[in-house]
Amino acid sequence: MSALRLSSFSDSTLRDAGFALVTLALFGAVTLAFPGFASPRNLAGLLDDTAILIVLALGQMLVILGRGIDLSIAANLALCGMLAALFNRAWPDAGVAPVFALTLVSGGLLGAFNGLLVWKLRLPPIVVTLGTMSIYRGAIYLLSKGAWVNENEMSRDFLAFPRHEFLGISVLAWLSIAVAAVFVVALRRSRLARDLYAAGGNPEAANYSGIDPLRMQFIAYTICGALAGACGYLWVARFAVAYTDIALGFELSVIAACLIGGVAISGGAGTAVGVILGCLFLGIIRSSLPLVGISAFWQMLINGVVILAAVLLSARQRDFKRAILEVRT
Amino acid sequence: MKPASLMRWESMLAAVLLLEFVMFSTLSPYFLSVDTLSDATFNFTERAIVALPLALLIIAGEIDISVAAIIALASVAMGLASAHGFGTTGIAGVGIAAGLLAGCINGALVTLGRVPSIVATIGTMTLFRGAAYAVLGDRVLKDYPDSFAAFGQGYLAGPVSIELALFILFAIFFGVFLHRTRWGRAIFAIGANPVASRFAGVAVNRYRFALFALTGTFSGLAAVLLTSRLGSTRPSIAQGWELEIISMVILGGVSVWGGRGSILGVVLAALVFGLVTFGLGLMNIPGIVMSIFTGLLLILVVAIPAWVNRR
Amino acid sequence: MQHSLLTLTDIRKSFGGVRALERASLELPSGAVTALIGENGAGKSTLVKILSGIYQPDGGEILFDGKAVRIANPLAARALGIGVVHQECLVFDNLSVAENLFVNSQPVRGRLVDWRAMNAKATAVLRDLDADFDAGLPAGHLSIAQKHVVQIARALTHESRVLIFDEPTASLSQHECTELFRIVRKLRDAGCALLFISHKFDEIFALADRYAVFRDGVSVSDGRVSDVTCDELISLMVGRPINQLFPKLETTPGDELLRVESLCSAGEFENISFTLRSGEIVGLYGLVGAGRTELAQVLFGLRSASAGTIKLAGATGLALVPEDRQSQGAVLPFSVAANIALPNLRSLAPRGWTSTAREARLARQWIDKLGIKARGPEQPVHDLSGGNQQKVVIAKWLARNPGVLILDEPTKGIDVGAKAAVHAVTGEFARAGGAVLMISSDLPEILGMSDRVLVMRRGRLRGEFARLQANSENLLRAASEA
Repeated sequence: MSALRLSSFSDSTLRDAGFALVTLALFGAVTLAFPGFASPRNLAGLLDDTAILIVLALGQMLVILGRGIDLSIAANLALCGMLAALFNRAWPDAGVAPVFALTLVSGGLLGAFNGLLVWKLRLPPIVVTLGTMSIYRGAIYLLSKGAWVNENEMSRDFLAFPRHEFLGISVLAWLSIAVAAVFVVALRRSRLARDLYAAGGNPEAANYSGIDPLRMQFIAYTICGALAGACGYLWVARFAVAYTDIALGFELSVIAACLIGGVAISGGAGTAVGVILGCLFLGIIRSSLPLVGISAFWQMLINGVVILAAVLLSARQRDFKRAILEVRT
Repeated sequence: MKPASLMRWESMLAAVLLLEFVMFSTLSPYFLSVDTLSDATFNFTERAIVALPLALLIIAGEIDISVAAIIALASVAMGLASAHGFGTTGIAGVGIAAGLLAGCINGALVTLGRVPSIVATIGTMTLFRGAAYAVLGDRVLKDYPDSFAAFGQGYLAGPVSIELALFILFAIFFGVFLHRTRWGRAIFAIGANPVASRFAGVAVNRYRFALFALTGTFSGLAAVLLTSRLGSTRPSIAQGWELEIISMVILGGVSVWGGRGSILGVVLAALVFGLVTFGLGLMNIPGIVMSIFTGLLLILVVAIPAWVNRR
Repeated sequence: MQHSLLTLTDIRKSFGGVRALERASLELPSGAVTALIGENGAGKSTLVKILSGIYQPDGGEILFDGKAVRIANPLAARALGIGVVHQECLVFDNLSVAENLFVNSQPVRGRLVDWRAMNAKATAVLRDLDADFDAGLPAGHLSIAQKHVVQIARALTHESRVLIFDEPTASLSQHECTELFRIVRKLRDAGCALLFISHKFDEIFALADRYAVFRDGVSVSDGRVSDVTCDELISLMVGRPINQLFPKLETTPGDELLRVESLCSAGEFENISFTLRSGEIVGLYGLVGAGRTELAQVLFGLRSASAGTIKLAGATGLALVPEDRQSQGAVLPFSVAANIALPNLRSLAPRGWTSTAREARLARQWIDKLGIKARGPEQPVHDLSGGNQQKVVIAKWLARNPGVLILDEPTKGIDVGAKAAVHAVTGEFARAGGAVLMISSDLPEILGMSDRVLVMRRGRLRGEFARLQANSENLLRAASEA
């Protein structure tokens, strides 16, 4: 009985609760200053703005849980977004389902390529994804010959699907809610996810338990890639344009959301709830910037501050006296 | 520390370099002229100047992916300094000081903050580049004094540009420092086993801090050269350069796991790299395609030895 | 004695031409503890990895319950009922205890992990083992000893009938060892076949029913523990009798070289005062966690003291040979010469310029002096055996010509021959006028080598014994809780 009590109030649960309070406080402060901020209309917009970030951050979280990192996630999104736009231009009447299938599969393959290099050749994730980041970006240019695909070249269904409203919230937002719900349950209760936590927490011990930690990374990269691919379509449809540089640098927002959401960069620790809160936190900041009269050009600086604050705080929490001599990886 | 395998790697780079020469000189009759070759050096000297200290940093088992963002930050700082009426020397001083400061921030995060360098510099990359955007937005700074152009466009003697002269000077300096002094030896030891180095009395964190500060300073210097050559500053300046600079270092045979590498290798890699860029430029291939090549090269260089070892 | 539950016959395994196991055979009867003994490099850990399904043997036969089996991977080992308690304590700090027991085998309801069932099952297993911690606790909060219990519990949740303990007591206190032995005996009485790998002969005689000895990958002997003596086991292990394990050199203590007064380090130790005199070897005994390593690191300057003074006589240098040879002592990929040069770079390169020739000369000098078995100064240290690696680590500090030498567990995990060599070097150093502080958990070593013995418990000095007064009883009593 005490066992159950302890596990339900584990360290990460406490952290999530604390961070939820911080996010609420931020939300409260913005609302106090600008009462319109809490209007249902604005909240739906906020959710719509944050939806893609949530899906990407949950994907990235899997990779970081397994001790990797995916810098190519935004390039993957952009490449799959371009694929979706070109596919739609060629077959405007094919509907949305094949577009989703196409982006999921191509994104998954791009992610799997990262994963294979990490798994089979044991290459450092940072080097691999730094490389694929620019390969994928370059591939968009080759694919589109440097041209833009504009709104007038996209079919109505293609553009309308994520913008449909259902119960006052866009389909895009509903999709992210669905993905978030699946992640919350799956990370806690699927065996695959629990094995991923084990592999990231102690790869050697995982190996002795019959889990190949690098294979788990491969799976994480593949899922992350597939989600990024699907987000490529959503992004292109939402902003009604596809070109080489869409979502340039967005991987940094994604990583910022994960880190502030409590995902440990050393692997094995972090919750879906924390990451979702991290995305909402960044989303609230971003949508309140214009209200306080700060230009959108400040967003990147804020991401930087958030990343550094998050990693510095988590470094504080680590055991101080041992770390002086610890081997860093 | 020069195991036989490293020497083989360097001979291979030299062979590739030779091959490039032969290829380009058959492709273009103008290639083998002094002027063309002199022009070609501008394709890599700025990046290579950052690659030198970064090689030391990677050998010491750390990494800095904020180098390009430091260049942008330093360039913005110089633009502002120029707008405030600083002279040429003052502007260059501001650029280098900005680089030093940024490098010290990285060093402090890694040593005092005990943040792994990958995350720390992902964070500062965002921060520095973000600061450049926050200050400039979509503006362009281009009011530099005429004499400022000398750094990136001037020649020291004949076809030897100031940039090339600086690169040669620093290559020799870093080569001797890394391979012939006890400080260089300590850098290798830290990369191979930081704990044992600490137990052997090496002030590991002091080295780490100094190397980050050094890399920052040289990024600042690269910003001076680049800004001077372009004559303008945008927040997107040197976008993606971190990839190319890291690729140069890795292509030069520096181990991504730390503890192994040589300056000769990095210099050869910089030349190989510069010639490829130049060659692709001759063939009118746009920069974004060049980045595919760079990405592939980076992965291949680490993948091939791993693939061979796997057997 | 029952029939053999797990039988290994003529197991062979080599790595890139280096033979780790050659005709290794082993029988594990159920209801008995079999001790596996051998020097480092005898092939014990390779055998454990084969039984865990990490390595595949190149040849030989494994019979489980009379049937030939192949242990293709760790899951196959688990399915057979082979559980391993690893020396390195392979526990997931980020997961709860319950989840640790069920990694890769979580109970599911439908397709979802059933946390309630998992916690209940874990609690039941822990209760069987009389564990003093909760299944819901994050494993990172446990002590090393408790983590060992988690590993045992993990094996039990998979209904293991064969349990392998790979040097489980290496980092346990006396009390924790007693607790572990209780569990081992309980498992034996329940009919499990147990393999107990240990370097400590007192444990083997206290716990094991049978023994098996490996030497250079070959099984050289096995039988009942009651039929052999300790000396016989040692000579089986090394292949020659060891007459004099501790060649204590007689010395007369001279001038005081180190004086430590009321030294404190917050949270680690407090009020430590002692002196070291020239020619003296002072043993520092205590259980793991008593604060000995921390004291050594403060003396060496790796950590700062919160109060107290450390006085070194005149220009006396102080050197520390750390506890963990591979991660703290040596830079493994570096050559012998580069390792020996590392702490001596200031004198080898006074103006900063290094000289390979000077370094090689210094290295050759120490290779001769300590009898380091290496092809030459250029050989990388990771190619050397554990004992020779340790000699390199000692050499690099002796080359600085220190007055005071602190040795932290200098012979942990090295074989008997290398141990004797390390002891000889230490004795020579003291006779030449140096002072030695030797931290060790090995009682015979402490008693055999020391002129004086200091005992630490929970961060305080709890006793000081002259050579003639010290014996295992009074040292143990001072080191353990009253």
